[in-house]
Formats: sequence, C-alpha cells, structure tokens
Amino acid sequence: MAFEYEKYLRMDKIPHLWCPGCGIGVVLKAMLRAIDNMGWDKNDIAFVSGIGCTSRAPGYIDCNTLHTTHGRALTFATGIKMAKPAKHVIIFSGDGDATAIGGNHFIHACRRNIDMTLVVVNNNTYGMTGGQHSPTTPIGYKTSTTSYGNIDPTFDICLLAKAAGASYVARSTVNKGKVLEKYITKGLEHKGFSVIVATANCHTQFGRKNKMGDPISSRKWIETREIPLDKARNMKAAELEDKIITGEFISEEPEQTYWENYNHPIHEYTEAYQGIIEKAQKKSEGENK
Amino acid sequence: MKKTVRFYSGAELVGKAAIDAGCSYFGGYPITPSSEIAEYMSIHLPKHGGTYMQMEDEIAAMGSIIGASLTGAKVLTATSGPGFSLKQENIGYAYMAEVPCVICNVMRGGPSTGLPTALAQADIMQAKWGTHGDHPVIALTPAYLEEIYEMTIKAFNLAETYRMPVMLLLDEVIAHLSAAIELPDKELMVIKNRRKPLVPPEKYYPYDTAYGDVPPMANFFEGYRYHVTGLSHDKTGFPTTDPDLVQADQERQIRKVASKADEIYDYESYLMKDAKIIIFAYGSTARAARVAIDNARKLGIQVGMMRFKVLWPLPEAEILKICSKAKAIIIPEMNMGQLSEVIERYAADRTKIMRINHVGGVPIHPTDILNVIKEVV
Amino acid sequence: MKVDHYEARFAGVGGQGVILAGKILAYGMVSFEGCQAIETPTYTAQVRGGATKVDVVIDKNHIEYPRTENLDFFLSLHQKSLSIYYKEIKDDAIVVVDPNLNPNIPKNMPQKLVLVDLIEIAKKEMGKTLYSAVIAVGLFAGITKIIKESNIQKAVIDNAPKGTEMDNLKAVKIGIELGKKALESKEKIVILTIEDAKLTDSND
Repeated sequence: MAFEYEKYLRMDKIPHLWCPGCGIGVVLKAMLRAIDNMGWDKNDIAFVSGIGCTSRAPGYIDCNTLHTTHGRALTFATGIKMAKPAKHVIIFSGDGDATAIGGNHFIHACRRNIDMTLVVVNNNTYGMTGGQHSPTTPIGYKTSTTSYGNIDPTFDICLLAKAAGASYVARSTVNKGKVLEKYITKGLEHKGFSVIVATANCHTQFGRKNKMGDPISSRKWIETREIPLDKARNMKAAELEDKIITGEFISEEPEQTYWENYNHPIHEYTEAYQGIIEKAQKKSEGENK
Repeated sequence: MKKTVRFYSGAELVGKAAIDAGCSYFGGYPITPSSEIAEYMSIHLPKHGGTYMQMEDEIAAMGSIIGASLTGAKVLTATSGPGFSLKQENIGYAYMAEVPCVICNVMRGGPSTGLPTALAQADIMQAKWGTHGDHPVIALTPAYLEEIYEMTIKAFNLAETYRMPVMLLLDEVIAHLSAAIELPDKELMVIKNRRKPLVPPEKYYPYDTAYGDVPPMANFFEGYRYHVTGLSHDKTGFPTTDPDLVQADQERQIRKVASKADEIYDYESYLMKDAKIIIFAYGSTARAARVAIDNARKLGIQVGMMRFKVLWPLPEAEILKICSKAKAIIIPEMNMGQLSEVIERYAADRTKIMRINHVGGVPIHPTDILNVIKEVV
Repeated sequence: MKVDHYEARFAGVGGQGVILAGKILAYGMVSFEGCQAIETPTYTAQVRGGATKVDVVIDKNHIEYPRTENLDFFLSLHQKSLSIYYKEIKDDAIVVVDPNLNPNIPKNMPQKLVLVDLIEIAKKEMGKTLYSAVIAVGLFAGITKIIKESNIQKAVIDNAPKGTEMDNLKAVKIGIELGKKALESKEKIVILTIEDAKLTDSND
C-alpha cells in the first residue's frame, strides 16, 4: 500500500514552493515516513526551521511548526525541548543555515547532546537567496558569488558534528530515499543529539552555473561522487577530495574505537538537567528544614 | 528583639520576582553587569522545577526563550548593551510572532564595548527602535529595589497580556546595590497569564482578531498544531504578501499597546502641584533628582518631578500639559539626551528644555541637578 | 547610631574579600541598630586582582540617593584601590590604610589616619588573609562607635559560613581592639602593629 503522506501534510498548503525536481522533497518524504515509523502523535512533535529553501518545510507539515530566523532554528528548538523534554523536536535546516550563520549554534547543539534530531539538506549553495557559495560549495565550482571558481575550503558537516559531540551522525543522498528514511528513523529513536545530512541537488541555482542545470544531471553528479564510509576508511585524503562519504559516522556501536568516536557525550542533556533539578530541590528542602 | 532582615540586590530581585511571577525558563549568556541575574536563576530556577540554560551566545539565548515561551512557559533573559544589540533580530521575531517574553537589560555605556562595569541609561532608544521595522514597545524603568520586584512581575504580566516582548531596563546603580526590603505578600500579587483559545483546534487561528487586538495564544503540544513564522502572516499564521493584510496586521500590533497606553504607562508625581520647574527622570537618576528637589525647596524654589516608572509608552497628554505650563523642564539622563529628544518634540517652543547628560560612567549627583535648577531661577 | 547619616567605604583588590565587610556592616546596621543601609559593591574590569570597593550608606531614615557623597570612613587594603577610590572624602573622615601604601593624603588631612597592615595581622593571628575583611569591620566598630561592639559581633556571626563562627568572632574582636586603640590614641596619625592586635583575656 502506498504511504499516505497526506496524513502528515497540510494539504491546503500544497503545491509547495520548491522547484520541480528539488531534492528537498525526497528528504521531506523520508522524514515523514520516519515519523510514521516512530508512531508518534503529531501533537507531540515540533518542527523547527531557520531561513532558506528548507525552512519552508515545516509550513507543509501538520505538526507544531516554527519557522524562525536565519541560522537560529537550533536555539528556538533548544528552548522548546528544554521546556518540554518529553516532546519530540525535529529541526530541518540547510548547509548555509546550519553551518554558516548558524555554525555556532550547530556545534553547541552537538556539544550539549540534547535529545533532538537535526536534518541538514546540503545542496552546496544558498538556493533561496540566489545561489551564492556556502561553506559546503566544493572548490572550483561556480556560484553567483564565485564566478571565477570557489576557493573557500569546505566543511564536512558530519565530521564537524562528530567532533563537536553529536551522538548519532549519518549521511546519505537524495538518490537514496530509503536509506535517508532509515537514518532519520535511527536519529529519532536515538536518545541524544542526532544529525542526518542529506546531500541534495539544487539544479536551479547551483547546477545551472556548473553545467548540470536539470535534476537528472545534478543528481548524477551526486551519485558519481558518493563513497561509502567503509570504503573511504581505507582511501587516501587526495582520493577523497570532492567526494561525498555516506554512512553512519557515529552510531554507538561498541566496537568503535576511541578515534572513531572520541568525543561522544556521556549523557543526554535533558536527563542530565533533570538531575540538576533534583539536586537543587534536595538542597532547597535542606534549607527549608 | 532581632528583626528578620533579608538583604536583596537589584539583580536578585529581578530573579526572585520572575520566579514569583511564574517564570520557568531562563536563557542567558554572561555579560557584565547583568550576570548576577543569570547566576541567581541558575541556582533558584531548578529548585522550582524550572530550567536555566546558558546558551552559546546572546542570539541563542533570545531564540531559546522564544521557543520555550511557545510551549507555554513564562520566560526571561537578561543582558546588557552589546548583548541587547545582538538579541535584536530575534526580539523583532518575538514582536512579529507575538510571543510573550521579558528581556532585562542592565544598561551600560556604548557604543560597542563601552564601559562594561560602569553605569549608564544608554539603551532606552535601543529598547524602542533596536530591531528593524515597526512594532509596539513597552519598557519599564524601576528606580527602587521594591519597584524592581513589583515591576518585574508587572513586566511578565504585560508580556502575557499583550503577547509581546517587554523590556525591563535597569541601570547599574539599582541592579548592584543591596538593601533590606520587605517584599509584598506573594499571595496578594496579581499574576496574569496569556489568554488561551476557547475554540477547538479546527476553529483556531493564532492571529484571529475576532477576539480583539491581542489574539488568544495556544501552546505547542496542546493539540492546536499551528504555524509560527517571522514572515508577515495572515490570521492563520502562514506567510502572506497581501499588502492590505500586512498593513492591517502592523496597524493592529501598534494599536494593541497604543490603545491601552493609559493602562500601561505609570509615573510618579513629586511635588508637582505648585511646581514651575519640572524634572523628567527615570531609573536611579530620579533619586538624585528627588534629593535635588528637596534641597531646592529648602531654598524656596518651586520645583517638582514626573518620574517615569514606565518609560515606553509615555503619558503623552500629561507631558503635553506640563510642556505648556512649565517654566522649564530639566531632563537628567545618563546618556546624551535620548529622552530629551523625545520631550523636545512634545515641547516644541512652549517651554525650555534643560538637558543634563552624563556618560562618564558615574552617577548624576544631586548637586549637578540643583545647579541647573538654580540656573533656571 | 549617634549621627543621622554615615557613609563608609571599604576598598581593596579582588580576592581580598573586602566586599564582605560592607555586607556585614549594612546587615548589622539594619538588623541591630534600627537604621536603613544600602550597600553597593563595585568591581573593575578584572575581578581578581582588580580594584574593588564596597560603599555603605547608612541613615536613620529612608535613603533616597543611594551612592556616597561624603565619606566619613575610608579603608583600603591595597594601593590600587587607594588610588582609584580615595575620593568624596570628608575633611574630618577617618582613613585607614596599609602602612606600606602611599596614602598621599596631605591636602585635606582627615581627622585621623590609621596605618595598619590588616592583611599581615590576619595572616599571623588568624592564619588566613581572608579574615582581613572581618578584622576591618571590627576596626570600623571600634574606632567609629557607629555600631555597638556586640552588634557588629552578632552581624559577623550571622554572616559567617557554618563552622567558622568562632574564628570570625575572634577576627572581629581583633578588629575592635585595633579600632579602640586607634580611637584612644591622641595622635592624628596612628600606627598600629601586630602587637596591638593581641587579644587580652578579657576579650576572649
């Protein structure tokens, strides 16, 4: 039986504003299926976004939805989760939103390891503002602000998340909706801060400037650069330049070595804060005696 | 017999009053001279089951309180000049999305890093115009410890009543001093909560003007599943670019405070009856002014004061009245004349405005004010 | 209190604990002397090692202007705080400074200048320099008589961390003794040494 996306969408807001063939649709569908896998009540879910193409996703989702300021989605989400730790908070962001203007919030959300799930759609550009280069635009590529070719080195969002302390980190691409669904589901199940990166096409802004102006060629470009994590482990750095390494970067597997999992937080934040409340209340009782 | 004496600093009273008003979430970032408020909250909020979050920066602190407020929590952040600047984009968001929150700014000099540990009243205009675009504004300027307590509670009440950010502007003099004060009976304090929708979710619109200029607000996770955005929106909460709707929404937001200004503004008249010279003052500066007035009265000078406990909105009609009868208006401020500029517009040419502007980081002394009073005479 | 209004300042550098002196004095005046008191600590940019002070404004009635205008009493444990905060001093004020410091006070000579090394006394007599602040309030009480000896002792005990009451009491008594000696002295400039800090049996 076909999946009933209507169950989770505000159908009166469709059609959406994204370009035909945009990669965000694949990620959104994977996310809705993942939520369905969890069997959560829609009333218990908050969807939070920042600014950019991805930021419009919550508007289409029939949950508690919050479209915030550029880069700041994680800060609003943190307030929601800490005020209501029992509820589910999902953040939908892009490469510019999460790692440029929101870079500070990104690393600190990872560090705190609050039980929230962040999905980053990485399309290597600022799509909504006209295709400027982002922290993930590969070197040499053209954008509306790198007409002579980009010289800015890139972030690997997964390695950044891992180093900063996120406790579930995975990446796949919009060519693999089912894998994305699996990773997002695992992220939602995971108690801690999870980051799922979905490498996506922006043929309209990024593709057109780099001779792949249609969805097919843009997605082909992604497909040909994909290297599974297992294979990448044995490859030299030079061989991995411009590649998209996919897989689970941290998944709490006991066999992982220190170096694979060196900054893995030891506790989930809302639970740790509950401990603070108990300590404070105990102290308070002592004072009142 | 020993009295039970409890000393409170201004900063502690902000925290205590916030908790007494029902605040359950504080998002902050350390900045002098407001850090004492964060420290107080980090100790006392968890005792009441609330949450203190020290965020990674000022912007995050502001974002987090908006998020928490949307779930129904009463929220507070505290900062000082440069941090207040950083918070401004998200403060604008809270105006646009109509999210109740209280922002306490222990003012210091500027621009930029200024005098971090010295006092000023430098942000009264930033409180009004700091974020981009137009919006209503409520800013409170207590002058005494008892007032800090009362007005912090009032700030929460106003934020909840009008669904908007409310500014609590302290200067370092009253934030850092400690004295023994008696707090009002908590049971007798009026505590207001946001109006929640009475309609079922399918009939709920987050910006429904059918219920007046302040629409009822549903909490996240309570079955209403609505959308919140910083974009201009219609009554459903979804973005719109319809010029008529955007215009109407902006006008309503300004109106929700403007139409109730006479219920919001608050001032104290001191020896105004026969006064020919009037002092306009707010915050700790008013205390120096009061001493100056007492001393001037001893010399037979008829001088009085209008002290603004709420700085924005101002009591316009009363100010206009004073402007047309006063021989002179003296405005002492620890800035370069931010209130004076406003009052000068009211006064036009009807009376003389005398400014006293100190920005060196030290308080305005009663003698400084008395000298200007004598000058007028 | 024998006067209607009194202003005192305790200054030092961060870490010396002078702020506590102001806290204790204000508490004592309100709790046991029926006065109003406002206590305002001031920190400079660097808290540790930077100049700090605490001002205490005391009045029999409501205090409108909360800052100091004319200091009746000034005490500094450090040159830094002496240089920055030696101002607003009344002509007849009592000034207490460390003898190693350069008071540079000739122009408006106070009624009494007391030179005493409170840090050294705290170290020798109490084993901890931190007690210099408590010794300072004791000295204040002994020399100014603004607060009764018994009342400053009660104030010190009420503000002492649990388990340190007796040590604090000893420190304040040392201070009172020093203050009394300074008061009794006919000299305008009084030099107190560690010998003056010895408690006699009757004090214990």
